[in-house]
Amino acid sequence: MTETQAGTGEAMASPVAPQVPAIELDGVVKEYLANGEVVQAVKGVTLSIAEGEFFSLLGPSGCGKTTTMRMIAGFEDPSRGVVRLHGRDVTNVPPNRRDVNMVFQSYALFPHMNVWENVAFGLRRRKTPEAEIKRRVGETLEIVDLVGREKRRPREMSGGQQQRVALARALVNRPRALLLDEPLGALDLKLRQAMQIELKRIQREVGITFVYVTHDQSEALTMSDRIAVMHDGLVEQLASPREIYERPATAFVAGFIGTSNLIRGTVDRVESGNAVLALDEGGRVLVAEASHRAGDPITITVRPEKITISTEEPAGGLSAVRGTVSEVVYLGLYNSYAVRLADGAEVTVFQQNALDSSSTAERGDAVWLSWQPHHSYAIGS
Amino acid sequence: MTGKLGDRLLHGYTWLIIAWLTAPIIVMIMFGFNDKQSKSNTSWQGFTFRWYGELFADSSLTGALVNSLQVAVVSTVLTTVIGTALGLALGRHRFRGRGVSNFLVFAAISTPELVMGASLLSLFVSGNTPRGLATITIAHVLFSLSFVVVTVRARVVGLDPSLEEAARDLGAGTWTTFRLVTLPAIMPGVLAGALLAFALSIDDYVVTSFVNGNQLTFPLWIMGSVKVGIPPQVNVMGTLIFGIGVAIAIANAVASRRRA
Repeated sequence: MTETQAGTGEAMASPVAPQVPAIELDGVVKEYLANGEVVQAVKGVTLSIAEGEFFSLLGPSGCGKTTTMRMIAGFEDPSRGVVRLHGRDVTNVPPNRRDVNMVFQSYALFPHMNVWENVAFGLRRRKTPEAEIKRRVGETLEIVDLVGREKRRPREMSGGQQQRVALARALVNRPRALLLDEPLGALDLKLRQAMQIELKRIQREVGITFVYVTHDQSEALTMSDRIAVMHDGLVEQLASPREIYERPATAFVAGFIGTSNLIRGTVDRVESGNAVLALDEGGRVLVAEASHRAGDPITITVRPEKITISTEEPAGGLSAVRGTVSEVVYLGLYNSYAVRLADGAEVTVFQQNALDSSSTAERGDAVWLSWQPHHSYAIGS
Repeated sequence: MTGKLGDRLLHGYTWLIIAWLTAPIIVMIMFGFNDKQSKSNTSWQGFTFRWYGELFADSSLTGALVNSLQVAVVSTVLTTVIGTALGLALGRHRFRGRGVSNFLVFAAISTPELVMGASLLSLFVSGNTPRGLATITIAHVLFSLSFVVVTVRARVVGLDPSLEEAARDLGAGTWTTFRLVTLPAIMPGVLAGALLAFALSIDDYVVTSFVNGNQLTFPLWIMGSVKVGIPPQVNVMGTLIFGIGVAIAIANAVASRRRA
């Protein structure tokens, strides 16, 4: 699954030839003993991250993403399974002997050292010659745009600057992989968005594998080559951002990434390659490439921006359902409509604010919703 | 108008408190310069530097002071090392006996000194341990340990655990991490604890008087000479100890403000 989907979406960072993956997790399980009970934080994760990839572990808090990252870093020992870095089994290697570096959520800058000493810390531990330390620390501070602040103490700097010091302190060691644990969580929205672009630029510049832990789906979608969506200790889907957004594999992924509508029904018939769900009042939902047969129960998702809202019955060949507008929210760039279907289900529709705003539906209007068959995506239950 | 009056009252009150706290110290310092002729050093008879010149004239007093300093230095070093380790463990790790240890730390602070002194004496007597500087030092470690533990533990609890992880992540082993990251981070707590331990040791009378055997410390010597008249050298030594203490406290405050 991982290999075939690496090429979709932004293909630029996917490996050209098969090579040793930067990071491999093989059946990794992490169990804790809490109040005499065994709790599984990670329930068996197998994945491989390619050299130079920007890879995100995305999920809600408690899904096991941070524990997974900490097992890569070496701060947690897996209860079962194997961790490999560049083909070498490092499952029992302590963090100070692993060729990966971590950027902590709290930055964890050494408060009694200035910026220069913080960044040089890793190189000093490796007995790097002083001249080389000087050169590399200087270069790295240039990359993160902190030249001239070498003598500052961490607490004399803003959150964004501290963030960049933390990044420099890890990058300067030229690790095989950089692990980032919600590094932008403490920054405000504007700065966070600027740092997302900055991180992506730095990653391209240095070409190091990034493993990025976040609960923020837009952050993961913006920056990643591939995303592993985690839920309850398991990887629910591992694919490119586009794939994950357009074709969520499970109801959880559909719900966690963006806004999504779930429509449940039973396949009525199969018509020219489309499974057809018959709904009340003449509505129908078409599902492309479905390998379903008549009588099968089915759940489909459709994204709010794929749906067109109209007052007249749409042409054939489209999914079309009827409903009543129950709420209209003006959001600047687009309007968000809540449309209640005959069976009581509510569907969210985003409609871009076009020049002709007179055609928009009002609250209480009876409307048709329509979308292309390939925008209905059947998901596993 | 009322605001002005309130300000004046507050100023007056503040100065009253300051006078209240410093008057005994000022008197102590002053009588170190008293050119006294009689045996007692309680009435002002003129200014002199004589006692500074004859500071070590009384060899038994000097011996007691040396004993006190020796005990204070050794017990402070021991207390700081053991207390820092204990404070780190109690602040950072969860382990069997942690609750009991925390309770014992508290119990050692709240035990009356008389009880502690008496029970230590019976312990040493029943163990046939000869009383002397060693037993005094052991006793001082015992009653000052908890203060170091408490100050270090408070600092450790407030410490971001990912600091040490970051050091490990950057290639530092356990000892290097402790030396370069953990210890500097908890240093204000360690220093404050050490100062407390030294101050508690140098002026302890009650516990020391139970376990001293035939050795005299500075406080014991002074108490012994109360009836015959305290010589001005005691004031001079008190002044010097006070001065050093104030200097160290100021240095620590400045350093921790720079570090914090």
